[in-house]
Amino acid sequence: MSAGATPPSALPVEDVAVALGGPPRDDARLARKERLRVLLHSKSFIAGAIIVGFWIVCAIFGRSLVLQDPFASNPIDSLQAPSADNWFGTDRLGRDVFSRVIVGSRDILVIAFSATVLGTVLGTALGLVTGYFRGFVDDALSRIIEAILALPVVLVAIMALVALGPSNVTIIIVVGLVFAPIIARTVRAAVLSERELEYVSAARLRNERTPYILFAEILPNVMGPVIVEFTVRLGYAVFIVATLSFLGVGVQPPSPDWGLQVFEHYGLISGGYWWPVLFPAAAIASLVIGVNLIADGLTQAFER
Amino acid sequence: MAKFIAKRVALGLITLFLLSVLVFFMANVLPGNVGRRVLGPFASPQAVAALNHQLGTDQPLVTQYVDQMKGYLKGDMGTTVATRQPVSDVLWPALWRSAKLAILAFIIVVPLSILGGVYAALHEGSLRDRVITVGGLSAAAVPDFVWAVVLLIVFSLGLGLLPSTAAFPDGSGVLTQVKYLLLPAFCLVFVLFGYIARMARAGTIESLDADYTRTAVIKGLPQRAVLRRHVLRNSLLPTIAVIATQVGYLMGGLVVIELIFNYQGIGQMIFRAATQKDFPSLEAAVLVVGVVFLVSTLIADILYSVLNPRVRLGGAES
Repeated sequence: MSAGATPPSALPVEDVAVALGGPPRDDARLARKERLRVLLHSKSFIAGAIIVGFWIVCAIFGRSLVLQDPFASNPIDSLQAPSADNWFGTDRLGRDVFSRVIVGSRDILVIAFSATVLGTVLGTALGLVTGYFRGFVDDALSRIIEAILALPVVLVAIMALVALGPSNVTIIIVVGLVFAPIIARTVRAAVLSERELEYVSAARLRNERTPYILFAEILPNVMGPVIVEFTVRLGYAVFIVATLSFLGVGVQPPSPDWGLQVFEHYGLISGGYWWPVLFPAAAIASLVIGVNLIADGLTQAFER
Repeated sequence: MAKFIAKRVALGLITLFLLSVLVFFMANVLPGNVGRRVLGPFASPQAVAALNHQLGTDQPLVTQYVDQMKGYLKGDMGTTVATRQPVSDVLWPALWRSAKLAILAFIIVVPLSILGGVYAALHEGSLRDRVITVGGLSAAAVPDFVWAVVLLIVFSLGLGLLPSTAAFPDGSGVLTQVKYLLLPAFCLVFVLFGYIARMARAGTIESLDADYTRTAVIKGLPQRAVLRRHVLRNSLLPTIAVIATQVGYLMGGLVVIELIFNYQGIGQMIFRAATQKDFPSLEAAVLVVGVVFLVSTLIADILYSVLNPRVRLGGAES
């Protein structure tokens, strides 16, 4: 396409390439650079990245970051108020709440992330296909998606988990499957406008195979909405996984999962034992807010 | 107009049909042998077969589905597995309790968040705007049970101002009921404020930029009158849509809040039915939640098109 177009030396290479409709790669690189610049200047993105980064470090190194064994129960010291020994106090089995909060970031991060990846991959494929082909499949799918969305996501997840029995893999699959149609809707909307553009007609005229057009031509151009949707969904995934654990149909004991910790102790609040509830609850809040701040920054970077 | 409404109702009915199939599938197909799931692994095969016969779950799936829908249309929702009461005796009171909580939450959150959204829009780009939008969205992202335990710790345990349960005594007056429902309602306020405020803000910014606003300002209308007569009216439109979509969450999605505050609403009913494998109750309750959501979005659609003729004359169809 750009063969033989030697740029006059007076102009920067990128400008000429763009002006000549030349290699789209330079164009894309410029856009990427610009997005990165916007991201690094976005206070919400930086703040979110720091919070989420902190919990990722905790999830990876977990046990080696804390002095006390988060699983060692010690009934004599149960429900001790926060002190110099136990910064966040101890829970009803005498386990150190601080180390459980630090170590507890692992399950929720792994499950929420995997579920969102699963939902995004399925949803993107679904959105590409329905948006590109339109017609009956698209109509039928839109109706089904609408029917699923008439129910609160939490309800659908509860029913599926009760029917299938809770395990970390089941949570990932259920949440991923529930997310897929929601993500598909966003991707479909983006594909609808892309498919009318010239580069798609060009690919069709070149007789490219349909999967190639979908995944090699259109997909890279809808990556922006996909990435933004991924982060927004990740926030919801943390929300839902925490809620499921809180209801007892999510992560199972003896995991130090935050939602599970709140579930195991919220009945004790009226007895004055607020610490085994407040600290894991605050951890959930910080993680969700962190993910949402990142999503906010990404939205700004991709939507200008 | 009639054509627009007819089309929306038809689409709603199709969605409702799909929803009923979906719920039927989840309650009758996913669990495998329903009788076995209810009675547990140690019940005799005869007992399992008898229960399946009694529940009708030994019939072909299509027959089961048709029978059940016939029953629903006649108002018969079957009987609960545990107490053998008619499901409707449990369902309607639970729905009404959930509605009470939702109404209280709306009364608090709607004016508050519209004010917040309009205020943010009038100071677009300022720190106050950022605090309201980012703060509101962060509050909305935090799971409702986190708000519930925080509010419980502060207002019930710490300050001793409000009861830690929402289960008001039977026959208590409206004010007592409100007092009991205030903490759970405020959890919902935190969750909903961000969504509604964001829509109100976007609507206000859009109408502040519109030509009619400029005209109103140029012809010398006082700022207050411009806001009230031209800006507010138009900025409230998108807000209606968000409120309608949140009705579904309020009527059924509140499993966690109802559980923490021990409030026998429909969310808790669904959760209990799911964990106790009470499939008739589960199916009926989930279907009712879906219907409430579909009806409220339908009403919002129609209301929206009445208030904004541009919608029904095309334009919004994309």
